[in-house]
Amino acid sequence: MIQISPHAEAALTCTLDERSLYLRRLVLGSVRSAGRGHVGPALSLIEMVRVLYDDVLRIDPNSPRDPNRDRAILSKGHGCLALYALLADRGFFPLSELEGFCGPDSILGGHPEYGMVPGVEASTGALGHGLSIGVGLALAARMRERSYRTFVLLGDGEINEGSVWEAAMGAAKHGLDNLVAMIDYNKLQSYGPTDYVLPLEPLADKWRSFGFAVQELNGHDVGALRTVLKQVPAVPGKPTAIICHTVKGKGLPAAESNADWHHKNKLTDSELDAIRVAVGDF
Amino acid sequence: MRNTAMNMVHKLAARDERVLYIGSDPGAGTLRAMSKEFPKRHLIEGISEAHIIGMSAGLAMEGFVPYVNTIATFLTRRCYEQVAVDLCLHNLPVRLIANGGGLVYAPLGPTHQAIEDIAIMRALPNMTVICPCDADEAARMMEQTLDWKGPIYIRLGKGGDAIVSKAEHGFEIGKAILMRPQGDVLMVTTGIMLQRALAAADLLAAQGIRAGILHMHTVKPFDTAALLQAIRGTRLVATLEEHVPSGGLGSAVAETLIDKLGSGFPAMLRLSLPDRFMHNYGSQDSLLKKHGLSASAIATSIEHALASSRTPSPQLHST
Repeated sequence: MIQISPHAEAALTCTLDERSLYLRRLVLGSVRSAGRGHVGPALSLIEMVRVLYDDVLRIDPNSPRDPNRDRAILSKGHGCLALYALLADRGFFPLSELEGFCGPDSILGGHPEYGMVPGVEASTGALGHGLSIGVGLALAARMRERSYRTFVLLGDGEINEGSVWEAAMGAAKHGLDNLVAMIDYNKLQSYGPTDYVLPLEPLADKWRSFGFAVQELNGHDVGALRTVLKQVPAVPGKPTAIICHTVKGKGLPAAESNADWHHKNKLTDSELDAIRVAVGDF
Repeated sequence: MRNTAMNMVHKLAARDERVLYIGSDPGAGTLRAMSKEFPKRHLIEGISEAHIIGMSAGLAMEGFVPYVNTIATFLTRRCYEQVAVDLCLHNLPVRLIANGGGLVYAPLGPTHQAIEDIAIMRALPNMTVICPCDADEAARMMEQTLDWKGPIYIRLGKGGDAIVSKAEHGFEIGKAILMRPQGDVLMVTTGIMLQRALAAADLLAAQGIRAGILHMHTVKPFDTAALLQAIRGTRLVATLEEHVPSGGLGSAVAETLIDKLGSGFPAMLRLSLPDRFMHNYGSQDSLLKKHGLSASAIATSIEHALASSRTPSPQLHST
């Protein structure tokens, strides 16, 4: 029997503050406009992205290609609604773009594209690519003697991909302590529970044995995320893995831990009413 | 050819600090001199091609020009999604140096024989595909790769291939070389099929058949103008390739003729490997011979094709 992490239990019960609710309204507004979107994977990710962009990344929306900026790659590209909400809120592009999500002339597709969306560092969507790209970025920083850090956000289903573990070995080989992998461990992938589809446990031990310094936390706890992310590298000389225990669909009772909300098409009137009750009018 | 290409990476690295060599698990001592002179830019990253391509993309995003090197099949089949998404979608200047294009690894069997690599690489938007014919051409080609925008797939031959290219031919990516002026037949070649075409042309000449040769070292971007120029006055276009019939040089030539001319072009003969995996070993030469790609078999096939296409194209036949 797998021991349930206390962080996972905390993720289920913790409440969300007004900024987290606001960001959810942005995400769900995009879904309402487009009539589609990966809802669950975005809602589990919001606090991870929020703390990164609000408190951690050294970035300037007015200079999104600054060579010294920190790099962040959303390797689980299907969680892009959370990223778009943060990028728009931080001024990388107008908030009004969010309403065009997946539209024929929108810059915002169902997966983020480099060159289309200011602030997006790499086109993702096909899973298992981001950590390797991150290794390249981090190695480049080392070779060029630049101080930027690279953060890669991975899904738990995504790390089924063998390429992720190839990348993990590569990161450890080079001792890339300027590289941080954040795993959105919501324990539910498209078909169902990660334990059923392809068990990941013991997940922290896996990352440890691949040469990472590992931290675990409640991925909806903004304070805990700030504390841990501001102390990277967790161990000098090692890449860091932060296992963020989250809840798929966090903040929407109907969607929480519900695989049916992995990707959602048109929202019904009753679903919209329930969303308003959960996150406020939008 | 392989040693020349490798040594060129070292030479380019000495000239330009953006140049990296990234091998998976190459033969012992590969680029040892470079590893001593530029240890930080000589990276051996393990049998993890999918990761290596992604990592190379990240390095290229930061201004490096990585030359990634392993066996052709592993550099194409194993990591196709990474090549498509990380390199081609982002249009990054990563160079894939593929050892053993075609049947070079004949004795090692079908897992090591790159017989569809041109097709799958050429299908990708933004990808450039180059197949040099000999070591001298490989050296001239490598000089041109440094500042080429976008990814390049480089299909290397065995090494020790007869030197038939000449300095005066020069080398420009995307520009075919007319090795012999057009005659009754135009042979279009890529890679080491050029040597066989030259020998076949001599055999045909002995039969009174004039054979032109257009060496299409770059299969993509395809030199449409050179092809359309070279087929003038020709009764037959014969494509020669160490590749399955689908999607390679023969396909590129046929697509170009159809797209640009629609009709009225010369008869066409596509000489290639069959559409199946090879289950014979031996050598590159013995397998090519078995599948009708020796010089004498090529010449015979062309003679037969010419005999059955007596009527020249009224639009294209020169007077």
